[in-house]
Amino acid sequence: MSDSEMHYDEQDLTAFSETATAWFAENTPRDVDFMLPLTFMEVGTDQQFNFLRDWQNKVYEAGYLGAHWPKEYGGGGLHPKFQDAATRAMAQARTPIMLNAIGLNWTGPLLLDRGSEEEKQKYINGILSAETIWCQGFSEPENGSDLGNAQTRAVKDGDDYVINGSKIWTTQGNYADYMILLARTNPDAENKYKGLSFFLAPMKGADVKGGSVETVPIKKLTGEYGFTQTFFTDARISADCLMGAEGEGWLIAMQTLEYERGARAGQAGGHVMMMSDPSDIIRLAREAKLNGKPAIDDPAVQEELVALMTEARALGLNSRRDKIRPLAQDRPMSLALGSKLASTDFYQRLNAFAITLQGTRAAYYVGDGSAHDNGLWQRGYLNSFSATIGGGTSQIQRNIIGEHVLGLPKS
Amino acid sequence: MSAFDNARIAPRIGLSEEQAQLLNIAESFCRDKSPVDKVRVLIDDEDGFDAALWDEIAELGWLGIGVPENYGGIGLGMAELVPLVEHMGRSLMNTPFVPTVLAAQAVLRGGAEAQKEEYLPQIAAGAAASLALCEDHADWNLQNLGVTATLKDGALDLSGKKYLVLHAATAQLVLASVALDGQPALVIIPADALAGRITREKIIDDTQRAFALDLDGLTLPEAALMPVELAVEALAHIEQAGALLWAADMCGGAYACIDYTLDYLKTRKQFGKLIGSYQALKHSIVDAHQAYEKARSHLYSAAHVFGEQGEGDMAVHMAKAEAGEAYSFAADRAIQFHGGFGFTYDCDAQLYRRRAIMGCALFGDARYHRRKIAALMF
Repeated sequence: MSDSEMHYDEQDLTAFSETATAWFAENTPRDVDFMLPLTFMEVGTDQQFNFLRDWQNKVYEAGYLGAHWPKEYGGGGLHPKFQDAATRAMAQARTPIMLNAIGLNWTGPLLLDRGSEEEKQKYINGILSAETIWCQGFSEPENGSDLGNAQTRAVKDGDDYVINGSKIWTTQGNYADYMILLARTNPDAENKYKGLSFFLAPMKGADVKGGSVETVPIKKLTGEYGFTQTFFTDARISADCLMGAEGEGWLIAMQTLEYERGARAGQAGGHVMMMSDPSDIIRLAREAKLNGKPAIDDPAVQEELVALMTEARALGLNSRRDKIRPLAQDRPMSLALGSKLASTDFYQRLNAFAITLQGTRAAYYVGDGSAHDNGLWQRGYLNSFSATIGGGTSQIQRNIIGEHVLGLPKS
Repeated sequence: MSAFDNARIAPRIGLSEEQAQLLNIAESFCRDKSPVDKVRVLIDDEDGFDAALWDEIAELGWLGIGVPENYGGIGLGMAELVPLVEHMGRSLMNTPFVPTVLAAQAVLRGGAEAQKEEYLPQIAAGAAASLALCEDHADWNLQNLGVTATLKDGALDLSGKKYLVLHAATAQLVLASVALDGQPALVIIPADALAGRITREKIIDDTQRAFALDLDGLTLPEAALMPVELAVEALAHIEQAGALLWAADMCGGAYACIDYTLDYLKTRKQFGKLIGSYQALKHSIVDAHQAYEKARSHLYSAAHVFGEQGEGDMAVHMAKAEAGEAYSFAADRAIQFHGGFGFTYDCDAQLYRRRAIMGCALFGDARYHRRKIAALMF
């Protein structure tokens, strides 16, 4: 059923929203004595992973995750506005993030939109409860932005496929149970895209019937972990793992990226990134000293702060305007396809600017007593590149917007 | 909601049914009535606009949109003017529309009952009007007033000079801000009193008309004075309303000049390839487009919350700042990306760039509005 066909009671929504706000106020863990990841791409220790898995499960059990997904697969069966309200309540309470981001935001909606009945029954519940963790296997060491050139091989052998190759930047790869995998089934297809197929591939346990799937953690520029490189060596998986038909891999991968970029709806909701916002940076500007005075006293700092706050507000307005049809039809898809570029670029500049408010203290990093906010801004800035590079670099995003929104010729 | 949305920031935006209808009507009306060749013909016209088009606008009832029904209007508000002015900006349409509806707002907020009854129905029916706010100190603060009025024996003696009075030559009335006993006040100057006192100014935007107004020695009856106790609030309202409508014009212009540039990028070839395939150009026009989208979101948010204490002011400041910067950047790149042709008067890029400068010069540029926001916030 599409959103517009589904009816709901405004009073129910208000009541739901209020209950959610109260629930998160009461249940958000406040006395965590270790550093929690700010985004799903920064889960680097078992302690963090276990904590976040429990937290997601608790939120799901309370009814604030997948509230609008179909009941028969474990969702709440409500109108999408209910989940939006829960997500807002979650973000406003600054709760820890939802762990299973790839499952909740990419795989789940993909399965609900085009998966078989069997696939939905098998996977959706575990995605919501965080019982089964998902990762994404698109990028390869030699094929980052040029996804269509992926070379990981999947060879049909009886009732199985045998996978060989390597994927990189696998978020939570070392924890994942399943990977959405883009692999080449036909190297001789008429073009590189048509040789690709899409798999719901097991990463561990008896479903890997032979060979091996190994993950090697990658140390990030922050000094932390969160990604792996994944190696498939004669990894044998059931032919049932193929999603759709052979040769449809590119199509399905592109649809997956639309969920990732927010161009298609259906995500389970829940915040998967803790966003710093204007109130945080204003607090910093009041506390941090420049030339012996609070940074916020400097008119140049004020002007830049206002510009950043104005921009933060525009990002929120853009996604709301996108739902007001007469204000979003001049260039269809513009606001949806532009949101990743606009927001990741913004948060990068916000963090970079925050560092410049700290005088000599800009030099400190996480763990030093002299660091402002325990190095939050320095770490946030370095981590911000994961979003301006991952999921299609900002430069690729500009190509996409230029070509698909503005109609410019391919580069 | 995409993963990249920050659900903690929930600014408000909305569109009324009337706004949606007007958006629809204005789009085709402005496109049909103001093609760019007509804009260029009007550049050489003394008045700078088409009188028949002005009559059509009056007949559509657009001049009465912000005027209550009991004064001959249709009783909507500033929010409903935004889609119209946005599309006028897209098509570079020039008429006295913006100064006229702003003058109506000034009468509505600052006028005595008798003044409202006399002037608002006239304006709603098609009488062009204007505002004389700017002075030689070039300050955007409307309460910084060097022009004075002195009340003596039932007569107002004016002294000083006003600038950038838009379309003064065709205005039936001009409202001028003055200092009366050191306090801000507004006076209504009828067209016959303007005779011999206005001089056309050479402005950067050839699509518009602006005049200097010499008030030295002008005497008006006391009835020309609007109630002094309403003046400060009326000026604050004009400042907000003016900023909102110029933000709308500039948002429209930004869209149109990006569109104009895209056409060129899709047809012009160099080194055997369409120039729009080169990332140096593609990425930069995408940045212009993204800035425009942000500005348009601010515009319709400002229209939606216009007039609300605090939130309304903040939204207008943001809308004007963002529209000015988005238009300026888009039009600057439009000239550059048209190459040699961009350097000529024949290329429309200059029309947009000049109008952007004009739009920033009226009711405050981005820095001015950011200072205002800083004052509200810090």
